[in-house]
Amino acid sequence: MRLSALCLLAVSLTCSVAFAQETGTPYHRAGELEVDPYEVSNENAGADPFTGQAMLEAFNGREGISRIVDDFVEGVRTDPRTEKIFAASDWKRLDRTLNEQFCYILGGGCDYTGRNMTEVHRDHGITRAEFNAVVEILQAAMRKEGVPFRMQNRFLAKLAPMERDTVTR
Amino acid sequence: MKQSRRHSPELRWPVRLILALAGCAIFTTPAGAQGLDFETGGKLLLTRGITSVDGAGGGGITPWALITGNETDRGIGGTAHYTRVDVPDYTFEAYGGAVGFYDRFEVSYTRQEFDTGETGAALGIGDGFTFGQDIYGAKYRIAGDAVYGQDTWLPQIAVGALYKEADHGALLGALGAEDASGVEVYASATKLLLAQSLLFNATLRYTDANQNGLLGFGGQEDMQIQPEVSLGYQLSRRLIIGGEYRFKPDNLAFAKEDDWVDLFAAYAINDHATVTAAYADLGSIATFDDQRGLYLSLQLGF
Repeated sequence: MRLSALCLLAVSLTCSVAFAQETGTPYHRAGELEVDPYEVSNENAGADPFTGQAMLEAFNGREGISRIVDDFVEGVRTDPRTEKIFAASDWKRLDRTLNEQFCYILGGGCDYTGRNMTEVHRDHGITRAEFNAVVEILQAAMRKEGVPFRMQNRFLAKLAPMERDTVTR
Repeated sequence: MKQSRRHSPELRWPVRLILALAGCAIFTTPAGAQGLDFETGGKLLLTRGITSVDGAGGGGITPWALITGNETDRGIGGTAHYTRVDVPDYTFEAYGGAVGFYDRFEVSYTRQEFDTGETGAALGIGDGFTFGQDIYGAKYRIAGDAVYGQDTWLPQIAVGALYKEADHGALLGALGAEDASGVEVYASATKLLLAQSLLFNATLRYTDANQNGLLGFGGQEDMQIQPEVSLGYQLSRRLIIGGEYRFKPDNLAFAKEDDWVDLFAAYAINDHATVTAAYADLGSIATFDDQRGLYLSLQLGF
C-alpha cells in the first residue's frame, strides 16, 4: 500500500516535470507571436559569455544594453538596407531576446531563451552586405551609448562567427 | 629633360592573361551568367584596405590578402589611387586603378614614376631623369575571412602576381640589372584580431626586383623569397595606425639596397575615400642614403 502510494507519487512527479518541460517553457511571452517549440538553451545565444564585469560596465549595465537594443532594433527596422529583412519580425520578441542575448554574452547573468541564429535567420535570405549593414547599425547604437571602441570590438568579435549562420545567400 | 617611356603596340601577354582571368571571373559566376546582375558596395569601412605602391590592395608598401573595392561576394567594386613619397633626394609617385570581383579576385594597374630631380645630374643620368614602370597585378583569395573568422586562427589568404615593366631598359642594363621587366609572385595572409583591435598581415614575395623594379630585375642574385609584415591598431571605425616592414633583395653592385619601413595612419573619410599618411624610410637608393620622408596616398573607391 505504502509502496504503491510512493510509486504513484513518483509517476505523478515525473509526469508533472515532463509536462512542465513540455508546456511551461516560455517559447513566447504574453504579447508575442506564437513560435514552434524548440529546445531552450543558452547555447542558442551563439557565443560564450565574457567572464568578469568589465564588459558589462563598458556597456553601462543592463540599462545600457536595453538602450543599445532599442536603438539597434529601431535602426534595422528603419534603415533602407535592412528594413525589408525584418519586415515580418515580432518586434516585441526581438527586443526581449536581443536584450537576453546581449546581456548573456556580456556577462550580465541573464539566460537566453530565444532560438539559435541559424533557425532565427533561416528564411531571411540575408546577404553579406546586409549583415555588414546590421553591424554598422549596432556600432552606431554602441557609439551612442558611449561604449569605448575597443570594447565594441571585443563584443563584435564574439558576434562575428554568427555571420556563417546568418548569411544564407 | 624627362625621357618618354616606350609604348608597346599591342598588349603584352601578362596583360592579356589578366584581362582573360577577369573576364572568366565575371562570366563564370551565376551573377555574370544572368547578364552582369551584380551589386556594388557593402563592405565594412576600411576592410577593402588601401592601395599599395604596386597597385594591389593592401597596406602601403606590401599587398594584403584583402580584395580591393567595396563589393561583397555578390558584386564588383573598384578603387583608384594616387600615392606620393617625398624623400630628400627623390620624389616617388604612383597612380592607378584596381577592380575587385566578388571579394574574390582583383586586377590592378599602376604607373610608378621616380623623379631623380637634381640628384639625376649628380648621378650622371641627367637633371630630372625619371625612372618609371608599369605594373599589372592580379590577386586571388584562396581561403579564410579576415573580418568574420574571429573564432578561428585561419587568416584570409590570397595569392597574387605582379608583372612589372620598367622604362629605360638599356640604362638599367648598364646599371647591372639583368632585365627591364619581371614577374613577382606573392602569398599574403591577413588577420583581423577584432577582440584586440589589431590587424596583422604577412606577405612572402618571390622577387628579383631592384628598388621594387624601378631599377630593373636581377643582377648579382637570383629570385628569392622576401618577407613583408604589417601591423595595425584600430583606433576607431575610421582610423587605423600601424607600421610595416618589407625585406628587399640587394642585387645591384653599384648601389646598396635597403629594406623599407613605414609608420602609417589611414583614415576613412567615408565609404568612398581613404587618406593615408606615413613616415617612410626607404633607406639607400642608388647610392643616396637615408631616404626618409612623407608618404601620402589618396584612395577613392566604390
